[in-house]
Amino acid sequence: MDFLFHPLNLVTFFPLVGVLVLLFLGKKEQENTARWVSLVTALITFGISMWVLAQFNPDIPFVQMYLEVPWIEFAGWTIHYAMGIDGISILLVLLTAFLTPIAILSTWTAVEDRVRDFMIFFLLLEVGMTGVFLAQDLFLFYVFWEFTLVPMYFLIGIWGGAQRTYAAIKFFLYTMAGSILMLLAILWLGIEGGTFVVPDLILQGGIDPGIQFWLFLAFAAAFAIKVPMWPLHSWLPDAHVQAPTAGSVILAGVLLKMGTYGFVRFNLPLFPEAARELAPLMGFLAVVGIIYGAIVSYPQRDVKKLVAYSSVSHLGFVMLGIFALNSQGIQGGILQMVNHGISTGALFLIVGFIYERRHTRELSEFGGLWKIMPVYAVLTLIVALSSMGLPGLNGFVGEFTILLGSWGAGAAGGSYGSYLFTAFAAAGVILAAIYMLYMFQKMFLGPADNEKNANLKDLNWREIAILVPLLILIFWIGLYPKFFFELMGPTVDQLVDLVNAASVAVR
Amino acid sequence: MQFELFDLAPLLVILPVIGLLVNILIGDRVGERGIGWIASLAAGLTFVVSLLLFFALQGHHEGATVPFLEWIRIGEFNVGWNFRVDTLSNTMMLVVSGVGTLIHIYAAGYMHYDVRYKGDPHSYKRFFIYLNLFIAAMMILVSADNYLMLFVGWEGVGLCSFLLIGFWFTKNPDGTDGHSNSNAAKKAFIANRVGDFGFLMGMFTMFWAFGSLNFGDVLGHGAVEHVSEGTILAITLFFLLGVAGKSAQIPLYVWLPDAMAGPTPVSALIHAATMVTAGVYLVARSAPLFHASHTAELFVMFTGAGTALFAATIAVAQNDIKKVLAYSTVSQLGFMVAAVGMGAFVAGMFHLVTHAFFKALLFLGSGSVILAVERGHHPLEGDGGHDDHHEDEHHDDDHHEVFDPQDMRNMGGLRKIIPTTYRVYLIGSLALAGIPIFAGFFSKDEILADAFLESQPVYWILTVAAFLTAFYMGRQVLMVFFGKPRTHAAEEAKESPPSMTIPLMILAFLSIFGGLINIPVIHPLTDWIEHTLGHDLVHATKFNWQVAIVSTLLALIAIGISWLIYGRKEIDASQPDPLQRALGPIFIGMRNKWYVDEIYGFLIIRPYERLSSFLAHQVDWTFWHDWFHDSGIAAGFRGLANFLANPVDLGVIDGIANGLARATKGSASALRLLQTGFVRNYALMVFLGVVAILSFLIFR
Repeated sequence: MDFLFHPLNLVTFFPLVGVLVLLFLGKKEQENTARWVSLVTALITFGISMWVLAQFNPDIPFVQMYLEVPWIEFAGWTIHYAMGIDGISILLVLLTAFLTPIAILSTWTAVEDRVRDFMIFFLLLEVGMTGVFLAQDLFLFYVFWEFTLVPMYFLIGIWGGAQRTYAAIKFFLYTMAGSILMLLAILWLGIEGGTFVVPDLILQGGIDPGIQFWLFLAFAAAFAIKVPMWPLHSWLPDAHVQAPTAGSVILAGVLLKMGTYGFVRFNLPLFPEAARELAPLMGFLAVVGIIYGAIVSYPQRDVKKLVAYSSVSHLGFVMLGIFALNSQGIQGGILQMVNHGISTGALFLIVGFIYERRHTRELSEFGGLWKIMPVYAVLTLIVALSSMGLPGLNGFVGEFTILLGSWGAGAAGGSYGSYLFTAFAAAGVILAAIYMLYMFQKMFLGPADNEKNANLKDLNWREIAILVPLLILIFWIGLYPKFFFELMGPTVDQLVDLVNAASVAVR
Repeated sequence: MQFELFDLAPLLVILPVIGLLVNILIGDRVGERGIGWIASLAAGLTFVVSLLLFFALQGHHEGATVPFLEWIRIGEFNVGWNFRVDTLSNTMMLVVSGVGTLIHIYAAGYMHYDVRYKGDPHSYKRFFIYLNLFIAAMMILVSADNYLMLFVGWEGVGLCSFLLIGFWFTKNPDGTDGHSNSNAAKKAFIANRVGDFGFLMGMFTMFWAFGSLNFGDVLGHGAVEHVSEGTILAITLFFLLGVAGKSAQIPLYVWLPDAMAGPTPVSALIHAATMVTAGVYLVARSAPLFHASHTAELFVMFTGAGTALFAATIAVAQNDIKKVLAYSTVSQLGFMVAAVGMGAFVAGMFHLVTHAFFKALLFLGSGSVILAVERGHHPLEGDGGHDDHHEDEHHDDDHHEVFDPQDMRNMGGLRKIIPTTYRVYLIGSLALAGIPIFAGFFSKDEILADAFLESQPVYWILTVAAFLTAFYMGRQVLMVFFGKPRTHAAEEAKESPPSMTIPLMILAFLSIFGGLINIPVIHPLTDWIEHTLGHDLVHATKFNWQVAIVSTLLALIAIGISWLIYGRKEIDASQPDPLQRALGPIFIGMRNKWYVDEIYGFLIIRPYERLSSFLAHQVDWTFWHDWFHDSGIAAGFRGLANFLANPVDLGVIDGIANGLARATKGSASALRLLQTGFVRNYALMVFLGVVAILSFLIFR
C-alpha cells in the first residue's frame, strides 16, 4: 500500500482512475459526464501535485521522495522502477498538472466527436508526461518518453484538422527517429555502468570524454528534435496547426519541455565534459533558432502557425540559457520552460477561441476585433506582451536571466562567442516585438471591416475562467518569482558545480 | 524622525494602480465625471506623496532607499523592488506627478469632446485607465533604486505610449477609418525596442563588471575606478542607444512625430513633458559612469546637438500644428541630451523641468486650438451651434475627409476668437523661443553657457538650433493666431471650457516663473541636485552675458523674420508656403522630413519583409519542409520500407501482426482509422533495430 500511495506514484498514475471510469461509460449519450469525469480527475491530480509540493523540501539539492524497486531483471542487468523529484523536475510536474485541467476545460465545446475517447487519450498523455519528469531510471524514462507519443498521435490524428493524418504520422516518426539513438545510448550506459538508475550513474561518473561526446550527441538527437532545435523543427508547424486546441496547448506547454528537460536532466550531469565542449555548438544552434524562428513567424498568414514558429524562437532562449552552464542561465532556462508553457499555451487557447467562432485562422480575415470583443482583445494583449517579454510579466524574468547568464558565460570563460550569442539573442527580443505586434494589429486594431466578424460574441465565463489562472501566473512570475527560483535554486547550483568540476578536471 | 516619510515611496506606484483598478471596476457606473475625478485624484495624491517626500528630503539631503519586495535572486545576482528617494529622483517625481495631474484634469474636459467626435463615448474610461497606468509606470522609472527596476518603468511607459498612440486604433490621424494610428503605435514600440536592446546589453555588461545593478553599488563612491574604461564605454554607448530610443534622438527619433496620432493630452504628457525625458534622466542618474569616459561624453553630446539642429530644420516646414511641436520636442530633447553629454547634468535637468512646463502648455494649447476649430467646423449637440443632431451624423461621411482641424493653413486670426488660449499659447511660445524672463530662457541659456565653455562646435550647433526654434514658433503663432480667419471653421471657433483653460493658466504661470528654480547666482536646483550627484559632478554655471545677449538677439531676429514672411501680409490657405520660394529644394527636403522614413523603409523595413517572406515561404516551407523532408527523407524511407515490407514483412511478421490485430479489433476502432502500412513498417524497423543493437551489446 505504501508503494501504491507514494505521492509520486499517485501524481503520475491517478489519471488512470479517470480512464477506468471513462471506460465504463457508454459511448455517445454521456458526453458531458465524460467531460466532467476527466476534468475532476485532472483537478484531483493537480491537488495531488500540490500535496507533493507541500512535502518537497527545496533546500535539499538532490532527488527526494525517492522510490526504487527492481522491475525487470534481464541477463544480469536490473531495470529499476525508480521515481524521484528534485528542483528541476518539480516545476515541470506542477506545470503538467496545472495545464491539463485547463486544456480539458478548453475542449468543452470544441470537441464534440467521441468525447470519451478524447478524454481517455488526454488522461493517458498526462500519465506519460508526469512519468517522464519523475523517472529516475533511464529505461523507465524511455518507456514514459515513448508512451507519450501514442496518445498524442491519436489526439492529432483523430481530432485534428484537415491534414491530421499526415501531421500525426510525421510527429510520430520524427520523435521516434531521434529516440532510437537515445535508446542506443541508454543501453550502452546501462550495460557499461551496471545500472540504469540515473543518480547512481551520475555518482559513478568517469566516462571517458571521447565516449561522452557520442553519448551526448545520441541523447541530444532525441531531445533536439523534441525541443525542437533549429533545423529539426520541420514537424512542429504541421503538428501544431493540425492538432486540436487542447493538443496544441499540451504539445507546446509540456511535450516540447520534455526535450529541454532532457538536456538538463541527462546531458549536463551525465556527460559534463561533453556538455562543456559542445556548449558553443548548442548555443549557436539556439541563437540561430531564436533569430530564425522570429523572422519566419512574421510573414505567417495563419495565426496558429505564427504561434508555432514563435515556439522555435522561445525554445531557443531556453537552450541558450541551459548551455550558458551557470546558475543564472539554467535557472532562467527552467523558468522560461514554465513561462513558455503558460504564455504559448494561452496563445493557443486564444487562437482556439476565435477558431471556434469563425472557423478560420487567417490573419487577413480579422482586424478591428478590439471593438467587437474587448475582453478578448485585452486578455490577448496581456498574453502577447508576456510572450514578447515585457518587464513586469513572466517572460521578461526568464529571458533576462537567460541572457544575463549567457553574457556571464562569456565574462567567465573569456569566450567572445557568448557575447555574440547574447547580442543576437537580445536582438531576437526586437524581432519578437515585430511579429507579436503585427499579429495583434492584424487581429485587433484597424477598422473592423469584415462583416463576418461583426456579430462575434465576446468571451464567455468559461473561456475567461480558462485564461484567468494563466494570467495570474503571468503576473506572479513577473513581479515576484522568488517562489519559483527558490524551488530550483539549490538543485541547479549543485548541477552547475558538477558540470564545472568536470571542466576543471579536464583541464 | 522624518525618515518615516520616506516609507511612503511605494505609494507613488500603488496610488495610480488603485486609481485604474477602481475605474476598471466601477467606471461604468460613475459616469464621465466620476471617471475623470477618480483618475485625477489618483494622480493628484501621487503629487502629494511626491511633495511629502520633498519635505522629507529637506531634513535628509542624502535621501533613502526604501526596500519593498524581493524580486529576482539567483546566486550573486540580486535585484529587488527597491525605491530610491533622493533629490534627483524627487525632482522627476514632482514634475511627472505635478504636470501629470494638470493634464489629467485637462483631459477630463478634452476627452469629453474627443470621444464624441470619434463616435465612441465608451472609450472615455479606457483613456483614463491608460493614463493612470502611465503614471504608475513612470513612477517606477523615476523612483527605482536599480537599473532593472528602472527598465520595468522604461518599457512600461513604452507600453502606455503604444496604447495611447493607438488609442483611436480603428482610425487614421485625420479621423477616417484606417491603419495609420495603429501603425504609428507599432512603430513607436518597435523603435523603442531597438533602444531597449541597447539598455539590456548595457545591463548585462554592467552586472558582470560591477557585480550588481543597484545604483548604490555601481554609482557609489569610487566604484567606477575598479572597472576598465573600455567596459565603461561599452556600457554607456549601449545606454546611449536606449536613450536614443526613449528620448527620440538620432537615429531612432522617427517614432515621435508619428506618435502625435494619440489624443493631444497624451502628446503633452507622454510625448513632450515626461516619458521622452526618461533618457535624459537615465544619463543624469548614471552621471558617474558617463563622466568616467570622455569618449562616451563626446558621443552623447554630439548625438544631442545633432538631433537638436536636425529636428529644428524639419519643424520649420510643417503645416500640422502638432507636428511642429513634435519636431520641436525632438529638438529640445537634443538640447537636454547634449547638456548631460557635456557633463552639464544640472543644466540638462533644469531644461527638462522648464520644458515640461512650456511644452505641456503648448501641446495642451494646441489641443485647445484644434478642439476650438473642430467645434467651429462641426458643433456637437448642446454646443449652441447651428447644427442639430441629425446633421451631425451626416457630417461624418461628408466633411471629415476633407477638413483637417490640425492644419495651420485652416486657421488664422484666432487671437480674437479664442483669446484665453491665445494668451497662454503666446507665453509658451516665448518660453520655448528663449525670450528673457521666461522659463525657457534661463534653462536654454545655461546649456548654451556650458557648451560655450565645453565645446565651441556644439555651442554653435545649438545656437543655430535655438535660432530656428524662435523662427518656427514665430511662424506657428502668426499662422494660427494672427491675420484673418482663413476658413469658416476658424471663424466659428469656440473657446474651451474651464477644466481645460485653468490647467493651461497654471502651466502658463509656471512657464513664466519656472526659471526661478535655478536662477543664476542663487541656483537652487544646482544645490539641490548636488546633494545626490556630489560636488565632483555638479558645478554652478556662471551666467554668461555674451551668450545670453547673442541668443536673445538671435531669437528676436528670428521672430522678426518670421513676421516678415508670415505676418506682414495675409496668406491664403491654398498658396504654397512663402518660405518655399526663398529656399526651394531645401524647403522641400525639410517639409518631407529629409525623407528619413523613406530611407528607413528602403534600407531596413522592406529588406526585412523580403527576407522574412523568403525565409518563411521559400527556405522553410518549399525547400526544407516540402522538398527536403517530405520528398527527400520520406521518399527514401518509403523505398526502404517497401523493401522490408514485401520480402520480410509479408512472410512471417505480418501473420503475427494480423493475428494480434484481429484479437484487438473490437476496441481498436480508433487505431484502425489511422492504421497505414507506413507506420506499421516503421514500428517494425524500430523493433528490428532495437533487437540488433541489444544483440550486439550483449553478445559482443
